[in-house]
Amino acid sequence: MAEVSVQADERLLTTSRLTRLLRRPELGALMGAIVIYIMFATADSTRNGVFITITGTARWTDYASGVGIVAVPVALLMIAGEFDLSSGVMVGTSGLLCGLLTTEYGIPMWPAIALTFAFAAGIGLINGWLVMLTGLPSFIVTLAMFFSLRGINLGVTKALTDTVRVAGVDDVDGFDSAAKVFATTLWEPYNYRISVVWWIGITIVATIVLTKTRFGNWIYAVGGDANAARNAGVPVRRTKITLFMMTSMSAALVGIISLTRLHSMQAGQGIGDEFTFIIAAVVGGCLLTGGFGSAIGASIGASIIGMAFIGISYAGWNTDWTWLFLGVILFVAVLVNTLISKRAAGAKR
Amino acid sequence: MTTFDEIPEPDLPPPPAAGTVVPALQLRNVTKYFGSVLALRDISLHVDPGTVTCVLGDNGAGKSTLIKILSGVHQPSEGDLLVNGEPTSFGSPRAALGAGIATVFQDLATVPLMSVWRNFFLGNEPRRGVWPLRFLDTRTAKRTCREELLAMGIDIRDLEQPVGTLSGGERQAVAISRAVYFGAKVLILDEPTSALGVRQSGVVLKYILQARERGIAVVFITHNPHHAHLVGDRFYLLNRGQMTHEFERATVSREDLVKAMSGGAELEALAHELEGSGR
Repeated sequence: MAEVSVQADERLLTTSRLTRLLRRPELGALMGAIVIYIMFATADSTRNGVFITITGTARWTDYASGVGIVAVPVALLMIAGEFDLSSGVMVGTSGLLCGLLTTEYGIPMWPAIALTFAFAAGIGLINGWLVMLTGLPSFIVTLAMFFSLRGINLGVTKALTDTVRVAGVDDVDGFDSAAKVFATTLWEPYNYRISVVWWIGITIVATIVLTKTRFGNWIYAVGGDANAARNAGVPVRRTKITLFMMTSMSAALVGIISLTRLHSMQAGQGIGDEFTFIIAAVVGGCLLTGGFGSAIGASIGASIIGMAFIGISYAGWNTDWTWLFLGVILFVAVLVNTLISKRAAGAKR
Repeated sequence: MTTFDEIPEPDLPPPPAAGTVVPALQLRNVTKYFGSVLALRDISLHVDPGTVTCVLGDNGAGKSTLIKILSGVHQPSEGDLLVNGEPTSFGSPRAALGAGIATVFQDLATVPLMSVWRNFFLGNEPRRGVWPLRFLDTRTAKRTCREELLAMGIDIRDLEQPVGTLSGGERQAVAISRAVYFGAKVLILDEPTSALGVRQSGVVLKYILQARERGIAVVFITHNPHHAHLVGDRFYLLNRGQMTHEFERATVSREDLVKAMSGGAELEALAHELEGSGR
């Protein structure tokens, strides 16, 4: 096609690099992470100086991986305009399910893991399908799922084991090979957890999906304006339901990681984590209203949470204050993100 | 109200003579009920390729129902919808889109937080590679998007810019050029100028003429006779669900159009009343 010369509008300045940078959703989180890292490194340096070492890094990345593996799909779901409050309890449900299938019903480890993932996908499907069918806010639907699973976790575990935990998984056929995949450590003598590899892998895949694939385009579209997306021919239901399923399955992955690492599972495991995942996603720049955010941002958010939990104990502070710290971080991060995105959007007409 | 008294009437190249072409879209004696409410009564109209057909009407005249019938959201209760002369029935807006009938709804066309090029290709993303490594062809997408927007006479400096930061006219332009690029034969525009200022409206009217020049049948739905008269080849006036007037460009002046639309006598009475109230 021939180049058509069009007079540029003289009132519009060219976009500066700074504006482009400010438009990135994870910028605020990245700055926050750096500040918090320096803060804990300084606080710890007068005590034992472990926080900034390779060993210290192995500790906080381990904690962050447990958050990040679920926070990344939660962020994708949030970009698509939906919440999943059942993601925390799903960690417990899937760990318990896998444990019960193996110890109570004698199913070998790998088939039990496959069944657990299939079950998690089913829970995600129900979440998504109910949200789409009823038109109720996903906040309510998944909250109901949260309480239901919480009750089922306790009830079923007690009924089958007469205790509130499932143990003895390490005797099950195939446990050793499963532990190699989900619970081993790497890089002697620092012992990085393999969950960190899972976390980084999921972050990379999610980033590619979001920015480089058609599905990623749809995720932004259904969260930004579901009507406009539908008018453009985007399958809104399918996109959202798929994301609910991915979120549930990522929680199942964390459940299986915990089970293989601890060789047992508590019936109350994971409860309360759903908010940690959401905090990570929001600190990472996801808008609660949907349509904006990134996978890397959620991972940076997870890192901040990991640094906070591990850093506070290294710094010798009372760990009771961790939640206060996270509360302040959440508020400041969202405030900064909002200011930045307003600035980046420029003066709207 | 926005007027265009200062703008000279553009000299439009004549449309094909009536009767020599098959209408791209045609309604024949269409009536639409919703329960006991009669929304449209016995409407007949035709939309020819390379022309702008204006549907004018005040609030409640039945414009929305008409758009929804043309775009496949509703089906007529009685009468026929013809596409290229063939009686057709659309089950959904998707089916209408498949037949080349694209509708640009006023505020439901673009996703504000998404970049210009992502919006342009939304639902029709170009991809390359082999599954599972099929990725967006970002370079092609951006290049095509820039070329298409330039062809419509709009120069967007930064395609990564969120659509929400564009002006209302530019946003309409993105939606229109997208519909044109993806092979729309009929382009239905729902009140594209109603939320815009004088200058922006002029810009959108220019895009309408660009689409017309490309041989597209444009249906321009508006309540503004001034805008309609600047670009329209044929005018249909709706009032309370009925077709009250039909005009050809050659035989109608802007004043006639305004008068016909407001019901001339009523307007004079209104003017009288306003003057009488002490102004």
